[in-house]
Amino acid sequence: MPVPIPEQLKDLTRPRINRAPSPLLAISLPWILVMLGSLSPAWPIISSAPVMPPLGFLFLLGWLHLRPSLFPVWAGLPLGLFDDLYSGQPMGSAILLWSLATIAMDYVEARFPWRGFVQNWVVASAVIAGYLFVSAWFAGVQRQPDLLLAMLPQIALSILVYPIAAQIVGLVDRLRLIPVREV
Amino acid sequence: MAPSSNRRPGSSRRAQYSTFMGYVIAFAGVIAGVAVLLFSTSNAGAFAALRGGAADAVAPAAEAAAASRSESQGVWAALQGYFTYGVQVARNEQELAEARVRLTEAAALRQENQRLKALLDLRESEPKPVAMARLIGSTSTSTRRFALLGAGRNHGVTIGMPVRSPLGLVGRVLETGDRTARVLLITDTVSVVPVRRAADGLPAFATGRGDGTLQLRLINIGTNPLRVGDAFVTSGSGGLYWPNTAIAVVTRLTRDGAIARALSDPGTTEFVQVQPLWDEGKAAQELSAPPAAGAK
Repeated sequence: MPVPIPEQLKDLTRPRINRAPSPLLAISLPWILVMLGSLSPAWPIISSAPVMPPLGFLFLLGWLHLRPSLFPVWAGLPLGLFDDLYSGQPMGSAILLWSLATIAMDYVEARFPWRGFVQNWVVASAVIAGYLFVSAWFAGVQRQPDLLLAMLPQIALSILVYPIAAQIVGLVDRLRLIPVREV
Repeated sequence: MAPSSNRRPGSSRRAQYSTFMGYVIAFAGVIAGVAVLLFSTSNAGAFAALRGGAADAVAPAAEAAAASRSESQGVWAALQGYFTYGVQVARNEQELAEARVRLTEAAALRQENQRLKALLDLRESEPKPVAMARLIGSTSTSTRRFALLGAGRNHGVTIGMPVRSPLGLVGRVLETGDRTARVLLITDTVSVVPVRRAADGLPAFATGRGDGTLQLRLINIGTNPLRVGDAFVTSGSGGLYWPNTAIAVVTRLTRDGAIARALSDPGTTEFVQVQPLWDEGKAAQELSAPPAAGAK
């Protein structure tokens, strides 16, 4: 979803003669944003219950919705591997789920090409809820079934945070296409 | 909005093959994910080196962020102080909580001392901490409860060492990197701590529930002798944790035990201490040996 940009940035994003976006920024910023989201366990929040939304995954969904062909279909493999290093989940859980999510979003994109933000949000909500439940199952939630109840606030928060994540993705999308390179 | 992705990019063979290869790699990723997941769930320590290296890489930034966490809390508390006595109340409450814990520990120590003195005229002392460090992050998105500690192998931290805060037991070291260590919090669902009631030494196991509380399971099944408000300390059996560290207070009774609130909230403690390994065998040997002539 493209967002209105701050006044100061308007001059930057306006197309100008002999300026073009830097390919380095245009290609790397989406990956960097998702990886920064995956680093959220290194943020100074020490919680005694699962509360934080999976920001890396939300950013990935945001990019898949905003620019369907920007990430290759196999993007879930490297990004999931990176997420697994920090998330505390058993290794491989994000590799599997992020790959599946990317493939599923690619299918949704091909099957329902005309969507509005509400449809995107509904799809994202279903994917996020499924992702969190399956992740919990991989992490062994069956040992402590009460934990499923404790996860409901996290799921609700993640669904509510998704539009904000999509806004951030939209802002970074404007930033990555700033014409900074002389041609 | 027209569909922006074109799945069949014209008649270029090269472009068609690269699209096809993308899907092949994507499904290979799914299969790789399943394989890695099966491998890592059956081998708990697998990929520890990889994770340790990754944690070391972000440790400097995370340390700075953790420092700003405590500072920003200080600034917030100071602002509050202009309108209320919030700072003072918070400090008093903190002191009260610590004093309560100390009191519980003291009661347990007194009881232990009586028992030991009656037997041997020997005393135990608090272990000298291996390291003092910040908890610099936790897995706040996952249902597993791990924390990242800002000290690692370079500071002498090894796997299995107990970690405690002034308020009570936090967890134990699970994996170590050079400058960081991964701590299994006591509230994780696979963490089991042998505990005993501070007042009378009633033994039980404290299992994490993943949401900040602990499930207490009694070793002797029978009528449930627990009451709300009972304080529990570690018993030291099993050889993982030092005895008499405060751990939890009973908040709700269940049929076969109780739900207890963990005393140490890792989010509000700034520094934690890493304790050396508790060697039960050695301690037992010392206790059973006759007191030396110069022993205090």
